[in-house]
Amino acid sequence: MHPTPRRTFLTAAGAGIATLTLAACGPGTGPSPADDKGKPKRGGRLRAAFAGGGAAETLDPHLSNLFADAARAKALFDKLADYGSDMTPRPRLAERWEAAGPGLDRWTVTLREATFHDGRPVTAEDVLFSYRRIADPKKAFRAKASLEPIDLDASRATGPRTVEFRLKRPTAEFPNVLAAFGAYIVPKGAERFDKPVGSGPFRFVSFTPGRSARFRRNDAYWDGAPHLDELEFVVANEESARVGALLGGQVDYAHELNPTTARAHEGKGRIEIVRLRNSAMQGFAMKTDRAPFDDPRVREAFFLIADRKELVDGALSGAGEIGNDLFGKGYAHYAAGLPQRTQDLDRARHLLKAAGADDLRVTLDTSPVAAGFTEAAGIFRDQARKAGVTVEVRTGNKDSYWKDILDSGTLASYRSGAMPIEAHISQRLLTGSTTNATHWRHKDFDDLYQRLQSTKDTAERAGLYERMQRRLHTEGGFLVWGFADWIVGTGRRVRGVARDAPANTLDWARFDTVWLA
Amino acid sequence: MNRWIARRLLLGLAQTAGVVLLVFALTEALPGDAAVALAGDDPDPARIAALREALHLDRPAHERLADWAAGLLHGDLGVSLASGRPVTDALAAGAGPTLLLAVLTLVLLVPLGVGLGVLAARYEGGPVDRAVSAVTLAVYAMPEFAFGILLVTVFALRLAWLPPTAVGYGTDLLAHPAVLVLPVLVLLSRPVCSLGRLVRAGMAEALASPYAAQARRYGVPGARVRWAHALPNAVAPAAQQLARTADWLLCGVIVVEALFAIPGLGTVLVDAVAARDVPVVQGLAVVFGLVAVVLSLGADLVARRFAPRAGVAA
Repeated sequence: MHPTPRRTFLTAAGAGIATLTLAACGPGTGPSPADDKGKPKRGGRLRAAFAGGGAAETLDPHLSNLFADAARAKALFDKLADYGSDMTPRPRLAERWEAAGPGLDRWTVTLREATFHDGRPVTAEDVLFSYRRIADPKKAFRAKASLEPIDLDASRATGPRTVEFRLKRPTAEFPNVLAAFGAYIVPKGAERFDKPVGSGPFRFVSFTPGRSARFRRNDAYWDGAPHLDELEFVVANEESARVGALLGGQVDYAHELNPTTARAHEGKGRIEIVRLRNSAMQGFAMKTDRAPFDDPRVREAFFLIADRKELVDGALSGAGEIGNDLFGKGYAHYAAGLPQRTQDLDRARHLLKAAGADDLRVTLDTSPVAAGFTEAAGIFRDQARKAGVTVEVRTGNKDSYWKDILDSGTLASYRSGAMPIEAHISQRLLTGSTTNATHWRHKDFDDLYQRLQSTKDTAERAGLYERMQRRLHTEGGFLVWGFADWIVGTGRRVRGVARDAPANTLDWARFDTVWLA
Repeated sequence: MNRWIARRLLLGLAQTAGVVLLVFALTEALPGDAAVALAGDDPDPARIAALREALHLDRPAHERLADWAAGLLHGDLGVSLASGRPVTDALAAGAGPTLLLAVLTLVLLVPLGVGLGVLAARYEGGPVDRAVSAVTLAVYAMPEFAFGILLVTVFALRLAWLPPTAVGYGTDLLAHPAVLVLPVLVLLSRPVCSLGRLVRAGMAEALASPYAAQARRYGVPGARVRWAHALPNAVAPAAQQLARTADWLLCGVIVVEALFAIPGLGTVLVDAVAARDVPVVQGLAVVFGLVAVVLSLGADLVARRFAPRAGVAA
């Protein structure tokens, strides 16, 4: 009886964790719900409760893995760019970027005037140091895969605040790289992070791993000083403890609440419930390189078996919306024009018969690694039975789940936090992708991606996005049945918490624009 | 007597070594290792291989165990795989809150459990006895997690008498006694019931025994018969039960720390197992093993002292 989902990860999935980002309409603008009217008040201390990583926590921003890590890193450090709510990159430490020359394989990034907490200016050298540190082959930093397109040996500083990035190949969506998860800029030479110095809105005060991190306002912040005097992150791994602490006034902000908790307290006036939409894709991954899913008719049959509404209502307690077998609903370049799939059991049966799989038995791997996984698996099993398919649910270990399903099994519960659609494709859907859970490996699809990255014209690129997604919608390996809300609770005095910010975007877990009424 | 203690201690050390070996085997048997756990939802095979190499997990299990055991002989528990910090730091950081909870629980457990048992036995078969039995049975049957949530809802969130969690109090919990009330109540809930029922049974038997009847015929006051004659005989099985409560406390502490966000050893253990942080899990196994051995030895000594004729097995 340990209801303790411990680790919550920022991208694929963790114990009920997705990553959210807040959309910034330009730097420093939080959304304004009705009660956020009035002039922000300065002062006060805000306490935010997150699920944490225990005694292994660190303030090294390049080691960020969990939501708590990302939230702390974002308070102390900046990236060159960060994602708006539609997952397009917005300038942060970079003032602007442009392709240098016609090839899309050289980019010039110009930094804004900003200083680290110790007064040193942020320079091109710091940027190159940070990126080289992340890409160090001896280390295993998470953002390394995102920076892969950059040839860091050939990249150089062309001025104190200009960097020329040389890339290994044309990369039209290079700005996505600048906003990648974990790609924070640290001062040149930084290796120890027990007293971290960043350029972010808050300065370091104290840190006890697994317990608490205290920061104070950085008055010299380039994007305007925060309203709060002090910000403290506290760790409470158990959802009930986070809710209790929030209701009891011990914290002012609680990250990652359950839909049932949200329903119980919404509109009751004790706490505010903030639902961050489109935060986590929910679905099933079919291995397209092995029976039975190497037959596109079987994959289409599975798309038609799913009753998406029932899955959202049952597995997410209604806190989300239905999906259409594509990643990235609500994000830039999403193929919103494709018809919404609905359940069609007759056609599913017909397709299975045609594929010679009318008496199909499939094992569905799942695990309590993320909220709703085991529930969704059970619901889908019952839906499949109506189409004559026997789905056997196999529950695996949550700590090693993502590795276990990467190459084994045939069908598995899957989820993903927010990222640009381009990043989803490059990390999961190309022949050389590092985490290709559907084993989708098609030369012509890889070529489309390369064409997209070599195309300067945005309209033409949009057409290529559309083509790739149409293909995935027709015969891809991801059955995407829904998009979960990320639920945050705040105390009644808290103002300025962004509401349009999927996990992992700029305005998610952003405290420099928050104030206490 | 001293030879008996020495034998028990040696046996205890062997038991601890066995526990540590078993824990190591079990942790190794879990799917994935620290590299996989660290990679989490980004299981890029190259990244996992790099992590594995950096953590020296690419060496065979028996080598890693031998290294760890060699360090243990010098009193060195090794380094956490997840944080790179010494295991002793992790244990020392978590020990304070857990020890505080455990000691408070044990200190309150004895008078409460014995008191309830004696009270019920005194009025055996009457309404008091029935009420005590019904309540202890009901609380005993309730999972700690559910009981804890119930207490928080009523006393912290509805009545606002007590803080709902320990969030924000750091490790200096003694300075905020109000924070400790609910966690200790949850920890006490089941052991008090089991101890009370045991004492009641032992007392009822002792009070009905010929020597108690004899004492009463000699005109010894009832209270004296109960407390000086019957209780010592009833306490022997209870003392041994008390030692078993130690392992109970360990389970209880895991639940209570999660529920009230208290950063103690239970939290360290849950985190370490999830992270496949073998050195930390091993360190905890050593500590818990030794504590259990010492407690059960103490309990047997108490039992021998009070009821030598009961012939407590060595």
